[in-house]
Amino acid sequence: MKKDAVPQDESSLSKKNIQELCYAVDESGRYTTVLSKGWEPKSLAMEESLQDIKERAEEARKGVKAGVLSPIAYFMEINKMDIGILAGYVGMWRWRVKRHLKPAVFKKLSDRILAKYAEAFDITVTTLKNYSGD
Amino acid sequence: MTTNFVHYQSAHCENGVTSSLLRNGGLDISEPMIFGIGSGLYFVFLPFLKVNHAPAVSFRPLSGLIFKRAVKRLGIKMKRRKFRSKQQAAGLLDINLKNNIPTGLQVGVYHLSYFPDEYRFHFNAHNLIVFGKTDTHYLISDPVMQYTTELTFEELEKVRFTKGVFAPKGQMYYPIHIPEKIDLKKAIIKGIKNTCRDMLAPPPIVGVNGMKYLSKKIRKWPHKIGEKKTNHYLAQIVRMQEEIGTGGGGFRFVYAAFLQEAAGVLKRDELNSFSAQMTEIGDQWRDFAVNASRVYKQRSQQKDVYNALADQLYLLSELEKSFFKNLKKFIRTVA
Repeated sequence: MKKDAVPQDESSLSKKNIQELCYAVDESGRYTTVLSKGWEPKSLAMEESLQDIKERAEEARKGVKAGVLSPIAYFMEINKMDIGILAGYVGMWRWRVKRHLKPAVFKKLSDRILAKYAEAFDITVTTLKNYSGD
Repeated sequence: MTTNFVHYQSAHCENGVTSSLLRNGGLDISEPMIFGIGSGLYFVFLPFLKVNHAPAVSFRPLSGLIFKRAVKRLGIKMKRRKFRSKQQAAGLLDINLKNNIPTGLQVGVYHLSYFPDEYRFHFNAHNLIVFGKTDTHYLISDPVMQYTTELTFEELEKVRFTKGVFAPKGQMYYPIHIPEKIDLKKAIIKGIKNTCRDMLAPPPIVGVNGMKYLSKKIRKWPHKIGEKKTNHYLAQIVRMQEEIGTGGGGFRFVYAAFLQEAAGVLKRDELNSFSAQMTEIGDQWRDFAVNASRVYKQRSQQKDVYNALADQLYLLSELEKSFFKNLKKFIRTVA
């Protein structure tokens, strides 16, 4: 990459006043460092990921509302987690977390278990219990 | 309580932390040098491991490995440890700061408050340096930032004990002995040899073979899992390749910078031409990202886009294969 070809597209990084360091060659072919504000293909990839999370969360919300998923499924998605990550945070096996996504199982969970989930999502137990997908 | 610390910005967090710790310890060594000596250039495709709901692709080895190899090859002694107890993790860090030792930490990105929200994913292989402490905050030198920042005690504990794939477990590391004389030449040759070996390794998921395998998968995905999911997978590949911390082009430019610097140290002009070739390969990775981004933004006018991308990736694997074969041959002639 040539020094003057280092992209300077506005991005979510540059909005927070962060610029990243890139290695590029100058006119004589020597390597040097240049700061970059961002690059469109990257920002697009990021947008795609965020869109994906939004869609997943929306699916989960509908699932909770329809009574086929427990609130844990929704909060897991909006926290950008998957079963493996959530299992790590609550200190349980994956299959247990998976079971807790069923509304019938969720209703029977003790407050002690619910508190673990609430802590992982940074919300209160009441919020978790009362989430109905509206 | 602060240590006498100078902040350096770098492209990649792990090289940056390593180079910065060593520079602050009195050894002037650049980021590309650490990257090259630590054999940071890599490719691995793990179809069975899902990250962000997509198969994992990485352009660098396991977190911590670059650091480990680089310090070993330079003859530097370092201390590294993981923790079970949060109190112990915080306690030992405080003792280090009291003794004026800037300390490297592996952290998760999700709770890093100074990053833009969009960047806060559950990604656990970030590295930063803690170089001091006030009554309420730790002073942080994050190598991908232009300036030093701060985190509260609570925030630092959170980022040190994130969960998920490659959970950091409070991991901290710092050099304890830097020798007076460093045999840079030997370390460089070792680093290059290791990279050639990695990239040309026989398993189908690593190095140039991994790229070929991924290219095959890109051809199949649209039929097997549908275009939407394929586009999501492509976006994740581009993120791993270009995201903050790679210096662009999946680290290829950092490696080219290393080869150029190595040419000077080893006094072998041939490495300059290897560097130029690597720069071209990096440019082609950028082209791949541009074309892929058109696909996941559904802007591509080209027919048969997935096959075109797969072809491009296949070509890259061929280019890198011949590059590393030549480099391997050449480095044998350097004594």
